[in-house]
Amino acid sequence: MYFNFNFYKYRKIAFVFSFFLMILSIFLFLKKNLNLGIDFKGGVMVEAKFLSEPNLLELRNNVSSSIDGNIEIQEFGEPTTVLFRIEKNSDEENEQKMIVAKLKDSLPENVDYRRVEFVGPKVGKELQIMGLKAILYSLIAMFIYIWFRFSGWQFGLGAVFALFHDVFSTLGFFALTQIEFNLASIAAILTIAGYSINDTVVVFDRIRENLVKTEIPFSELLNKSINQTLSRTIMTSLTTLLALFALFIFGGEVIKGFVSAMIWGVLVGTYSSIFIASPLIILFGFVREKKT
Amino acid sequence: MLEISKWKFFIVLSVCILGIYFLVPNFYNKTEVTGLPDYISKKQVNLGLDLQGGSHLLLEVDTRAVLKERSEYLVDELRSILRKNKIKYTNLGSKVKGAIVTITDQNKLGEALNSVRKGVENGIIVNSDNNKLTLSFSDQYIIDTNNQTVEQSIEVVRKRVDESGTKEPIIQKQGEDRIIVQLPGIKDPERVKSLIGRTAKLNFHLLDPTTVELAEQRGKLPPGTFKVQNADPTAYEKQFVVKKRVLLTGDRLVNAAATVDAQSGKYVVAFEFDRKGAKKFAKVTTENTYQRLAILLDDKVISAPQIREPITGGSGNISGNFSPETANDLAVLLRAGSLPAPISVLEERTVGPSLGEDSIKAGKKALKIGFVLVIIFMMIRYRLFGMIADLAIILNIVLLVSLLSLIEATLTMPGIAGIVLTIGMAVDANVLVFERIKEELKSGRSIMNSIDLGYKFAVKTILDANFTTLIAALLLFNYGSGPIKGFAVTLSIGIVTSMFTALVLTKLLVTIWIVKLKPNKIYL
Repeated sequence: MYFNFNFYKYRKIAFVFSFFLMILSIFLFLKKNLNLGIDFKGGVMVEAKFLSEPNLLELRNNVSSSIDGNIEIQEFGEPTTVLFRIEKNSDEENEQKMIVAKLKDSLPENVDYRRVEFVGPKVGKELQIMGLKAILYSLIAMFIYIWFRFSGWQFGLGAVFALFHDVFSTLGFFALTQIEFNLASIAAILTIAGYSINDTVVVFDRIRENLVKTEIPFSELLNKSINQTLSRTIMTSLTTLLALFALFIFGGEVIKGFVSAMIWGVLVGTYSSIFIASPLIILFGFVREKKT
Repeated sequence: MLEISKWKFFIVLSVCILGIYFLVPNFYNKTEVTGLPDYISKKQVNLGLDLQGGSHLLLEVDTRAVLKERSEYLVDELRSILRKNKIKYTNLGSKVKGAIVTITDQNKLGEALNSVRKGVENGIIVNSDNNKLTLSFSDQYIIDTNNQTVEQSIEVVRKRVDESGTKEPIIQKQGEDRIIVQLPGIKDPERVKSLIGRTAKLNFHLLDPTTVELAEQRGKLPPGTFKVQNADPTAYEKQFVVKKRVLLTGDRLVNAAATVDAQSGKYVVAFEFDRKGAKKFAKVTTENTYQRLAILLDDKVISAPQIREPITGGSGNISGNFSPETANDLAVLLRAGSLPAPISVLEERTVGPSLGEDSIKAGKKALKIGFVLVIIFMMIRYRLFGMIADLAIILNIVLLVSLLSLIEATLTMPGIAGIVLTIGMAVDANVLVFERIKEELKSGRSIMNSIDLGYKFAVKTILDANFTTLIAALLLFNYGSGPIKGFAVTLSIGIVTSMFTALVLTKLLVTIWIVKLKPNKIYL
């Protein structure tokens, strides 16, 4: 497969598209908010498997009569399995602890408790800070790495723009789908960041190589480099997506949110390394030095 | 130029053999592994709690409680020192971490300062400001005290967990005042949690003959007494008036067990004091025969029996309103001793055995299907080269799992996801090389030359590109907790092994093929 697309020509469309994607993501992020899981918000989460399909409405009435607080009840993966999420605005660690016992009392005895998680408000706040730190530091580390690795700040900035693009739109994806945002989501975002930069670096490496080899105008050189690496970009994205789809379909309910975010991230990361990162180098005013 | 180097061949071969050597133990279960001959490695990948089922608890020790206790104790000490030296004082009291007192004997200020300095423990700083003495704990004293409190708490928690019959628990300190408790395969986490969380401070007092009703009528309690709730809220006597003086504490117990009382047929907890405790108990029961004893557990009365005769044997029964379980739990708590400070549960993650099994099944299935899909895809796309890359993927998984066993890593569900993801991403290095070879061929170079150049050019890109993913993985490892750490571990090891297999193994195989068979056309 040899490609000769004029990607550079479509840069304006791509910029406009990405601009709106960003606006939409930020809008969703602010308007709909992330569906923060108990990891960050604190609270109780219980996954319970019933012998027969329970009536969710009845369950809700039962549970809310014995527990006050914000109670979410939803089917989880299969009709007999129910996920309870209970959040109580209380800084009292002990009060939250009582919730699990109360919940168990209000459910039938033959229920199989597949998962019981309790995160106190203190730990919730700590995990929030930890997650933010992890994302922030990895972005900084990658930026520094790119900056040093490629001469010209335009490369570093281009890669970081693409990176922010991918991370923000993934946050938008979380806000839109209302997939629970938990510790695994932080892992997804960091992996996406790594993947996005990885893709961008491959293209940048080729640009750098071509800069030494050829004398053609930079916009042409850009196109050439993207095309030369395109079949690799597609192949790697495809194999990664194959593995991810296997996980999505067969990997079980617990990691489904994580995997769907990853799928989105791989798609948007591939797109951004082709259409955003490279054209940005020119937009930032990179001029190739004339050979003497 | 391309040539088969003998030492490279040797390296690849030994890595493969080592990989398989460390992979093998994972095919046996834990008990089978110990029965294997000595020359076989026993190291296995551990299953995380989310896969084998179990409870993860994060506890926090309230170290401030101990400091507060020490401050109050310091006040008593200060009082006795000043009284002994006949120094007049006022405004004696405890502060957050220490105590204060004002000396009223103006001409005894120096003497007061000296005697207090001599009298108190090392690590307590005594300052004077005119006639006001301030005693405060030094930073080192606070650190030492807190460490001691947490260490003691860990010991008690360990004893309690062991007594509850949990197998292979992991109990370790985290940070300054936290304890991580991991209980694999536990059936009833609620019970263990309630065992761990109770302070279990057992104190023996005397009951004051004044009833609560009488005290309320008078509007005040008799001096030296306090009001205490009954531990059993359904009992007839809801509250008691108890004398403040502690006669004996649970520290003096050497044994406790749940039994059935022969007379009443009810569950009781039989206890036994050590020699010193027995002596004291005998004295107390002799001096106070026919009075009522108040047995307090965590500041609630669990039993208030009448002393019918002096108990000189050093053993007795606590009869409360016990069920077999509560009697047994109390016995466990008394045997393990009391916690030096209250403990609270900050975080709990419990996975039932059924979800763990389902997760393993789902993970295995996803792994197999992802693996087959990628293998077939590579074969279709790159034919013979694809098959070589497939060999690399297989070795990659072997190396990944064997390295995980070598460091005895814990495999979690996100960790399995990391392995599956690695399969998809590990082909990247090979793809980079193959595509580069194709390009070089297209530009008219010879097969040998193209392959040589293909590897040369791709190496830099591969290193560059993988480095960024490694950064992300390492930061995740640093900041992630539990399952997420598992993901970071598999991802980072997967990246390293994929670089090795692509740049060393596939290169060797491709070289052997080209040099030995000298094909005049290759399909990529």
